[in-house]
Amino acid sequence: MADSSGTDSYPSSWKKAPFIKNSFVRWLLIVGGAIYLAAALGTMNIDIERVKEGLPRAQRFLDSFFPPNFADNRGVLWEGIAESIWMAIISTVAGIALSIPVGLGAARNLAPAWVYLFCRGIIAASRTFPEIILAIFAVKLFGFGPFAGFVALALGTIGFYAKLLAEDIENSSASQAEAVKATGANWFQWVNYSIQPQVMPRMIGLSVYRLDINFRESAVVGIVGGGGIGATLNTSFSRYEFDTAAAILIIIILIVMAMEYTSSFMRKWVQ
Amino acid sequence: MPTITNNGTESWRLRTSKEQWIRWVCWLIGIAIIMYAWQMISEKTVWFFVTDAPNQAADIGARMVPPKWSYMDKLWKPVWDTINIATLGTVIAMVIAVPVAFATARNTTPNIVVRTIGLFIIVSSRSVNSLIWALILVFILGPGVLAGTIAIGLRSVGFCAKLIYESIEEIDHTQVEAIEATGASSSQKMLFGILPQVLPTIAGVGIYRWDINIRESTILGLVGAGGIGLQLNGSLNTLAWTQVSLILIVILVTVFISEWVSAKVRGAII
Amino acid sequence: MLQLSELTKRYNTGELALKGVSLEIPKGQVLALIGPSGAGKSTLIRCINRLVQPTSGSVVLKELELTKLSSSALRRARRRMGMIFQEYALVERLTVMENVLSGRLGYVGFWRSYFRKFPSADIQEAYRLLDRVGLKHMADKRADELSGGQRQRVGICRALIQNPDLLLVDEPTASLDPKTSRQIMRLIQELCSERGLTAIINIHDVFLAQMFSQRVVGLELGSVVYDGKPEGLTPEVLTRIYGEEDWSATIKSTDEDDDEEEDF
Repeated sequence: MADSSGTDSYPSSWKKAPFIKNSFVRWLLIVGGAIYLAAALGTMNIDIERVKEGLPRAQRFLDSFFPPNFADNRGVLWEGIAESIWMAIISTVAGIALSIPVGLGAARNLAPAWVYLFCRGIIAASRTFPEIILAIFAVKLFGFGPFAGFVALALGTIGFYAKLLAEDIENSSASQAEAVKATGANWFQWVNYSIQPQVMPRMIGLSVYRLDINFRESAVVGIVGGGGIGATLNTSFSRYEFDTAAAILIIIILIVMAMEYTSSFMRKWVQ
Repeated sequence: MPTITNNGTESWRLRTSKEQWIRWVCWLIGIAIIMYAWQMISEKTVWFFVTDAPNQAADIGARMVPPKWSYMDKLWKPVWDTINIATLGTVIAMVIAVPVAFATARNTTPNIVVRTIGLFIIVSSRSVNSLIWALILVFILGPGVLAGTIAIGLRSVGFCAKLIYESIEEIDHTQVEAIEATGASSSQKMLFGILPQVLPTIAGVGIYRWDINIRESTILGLVGAGGIGLQLNGSLNTLAWTQVSLILIVILVTVFISEWVSAKVRGAII
Repeated sequence: MLQLSELTKRYNTGELALKGVSLEIPKGQVLALIGPSGAGKSTLIRCINRLVQPTSGSVVLKELELTKLSSSALRRARRRMGMIFQEYALVERLTVMENVLSGRLGYVGFWRSYFRKFPSADIQEAYRLLDRVGLKHMADKRADELSGGQRQRVGICRALIQNPDLLLVDEPTASLDPKTSRQIMRLIQELCSERGLTAIINIHDVFLAQMFSQRVVGLELGSVVYDGKPEGLTPEVLTRIYGEEDWSATIKSTDEDDDEEEDF
């Protein structure tokens, strides 16, 4: 850049300063990123011949999806949907009921250190493993059927809900909490009057959101034996009844859409 | 202010009687639904298995220790595949999600038909779990990493596009107006007025989704779509519990590292 | 140079923001537009460069009728009109230099602007303007690192690099402190006289309007209720524009900054 000593000529070129100032680090990241992407693409084993071969198969496969068949397996289909819905509701309720003590314990401003660490541990464990792995173990322990799915989804809910609850409590206004404490309230009164009103609206919205997630997840825990619409879906795939599978997917999409609409409506109504 | 008159003295209440009644009815309906749901689930449960679960848990737990460390030699490749599935899947998702988001946001796309199509793409991608996408793709493409990558990509499009389009709708309009007032064309308006405002969100969403995708790609192997889930499935089927426990540890470590990496990168960018 | 005739704007909500405004502004005149909030000042300015589409009436800039232009002709016309905004409206995540150069967007193609390859004459001009407003050393800072007064200077540079015939200024001092407000207004006034620019300045600060303009137009509920010299703003006139109030303090305070805060 030219000096600013008051000359009349101004620089005639300008370049935007790069995002990463150090040019060595910048090139290292660019080259490293490129090498990684190339290596990763290499592991994909994209075999043009096989893809070509697969195209007609894909065509036939997609054809067999249409028209979606709602009629043939109507009984099992609706039973599966109903099971998924009940499973989603009960696991959300149970999960949230379990999340509240865990979430309170995992909030740094409410709990002593050892409780805090213990509850954070529960949350981390529940968040790390996808619901489906939880479901595999639940099926091993409780046998096939919706009970296993229920346990898996409820455990998954804890990781999600307790974490957000704890974060919300930590972000709540300290002055309001102090004001209630100053009245001489005990711990429960204090939480009830100062923390609860602050976190409640968001938590109600999140519980509807989690219900939505649990419903969607209930469609997959069935694949490993956890009951619900997933089981129906898996059966229809393994029997090559793709038109029924298409019908199930459409129903799932419609229900999720309805839930999304309801949850946005609920959130507006709560606030 | 709602009050109640009791023996001639007026006292304060939080809610009017009508509100109170509505609340009671809502609670009652809610509890009835929960009871009914529980009834439906428990009907299909074999309670013997459930009561036996603690024994089962103790049994499996005992078989899982110590983890078979030597099996690690066979896990490096699956872990590498898992990370690649997540990364390339996220790249695919972002490439599709950004244009979809711009086509869905009210302020960049006035055309209602285009917006509805965008919303439809977002909702259908979000409703179908990546495992189901993988199940379908394994039928089409055959088992392997490719099916998993595309499954992750398809699932993530909706998630990313939704968050991005919401942030596009929340941008500061006066900055765009200022660019428009200079006589810029609509593509330049996008480039100078809108994009700088949403770029941080786009980057943040990509990293956030990559972190989630690492988790999701660990299980795709259950339906044959590559990654460490393949080994998990095999070990579970052969009841090789010491391998299972090692795989779970590996997943745990991978997820923690990815969480750390994404937190670092996010901190550097935003 | 600029003629507005019977300019009317009715919003979709049914609100009639402008009720047939006619004005004729000669070249080189700095005109202050005063009036209470909701009088239609912002709408009037935006109808000129058609950020708001007027419902009826015409806007003629140098023999060119603006209200009926096609979108590409409108873009060409907008290049000749610089605009300065109330909340600066800088693109906050771009650098100062990019913000200034964005004033040239109407002259460069998409790909050149994408790669930030602006003509060297533009870059020299940008540096010259930044130097003129005392911000040359800030060229590579991001816009959101600047103070309010500095941002508004960048906003002025962005408008001037367009090399405009007409400057549209929308509440330039609304978010600034009293001292900076005066500096900014003085800067705008100086730059207008240096370049012989015509300017319309929306301002709700009567005192600043009197101090820095050659002509004052008072707007109330979408109609012109005063048009004349700054000295002609008597208490009666101000009452007509703003409603009943004790105006003696406002008019008398010619050298103190004590009446600035009324709109905050």
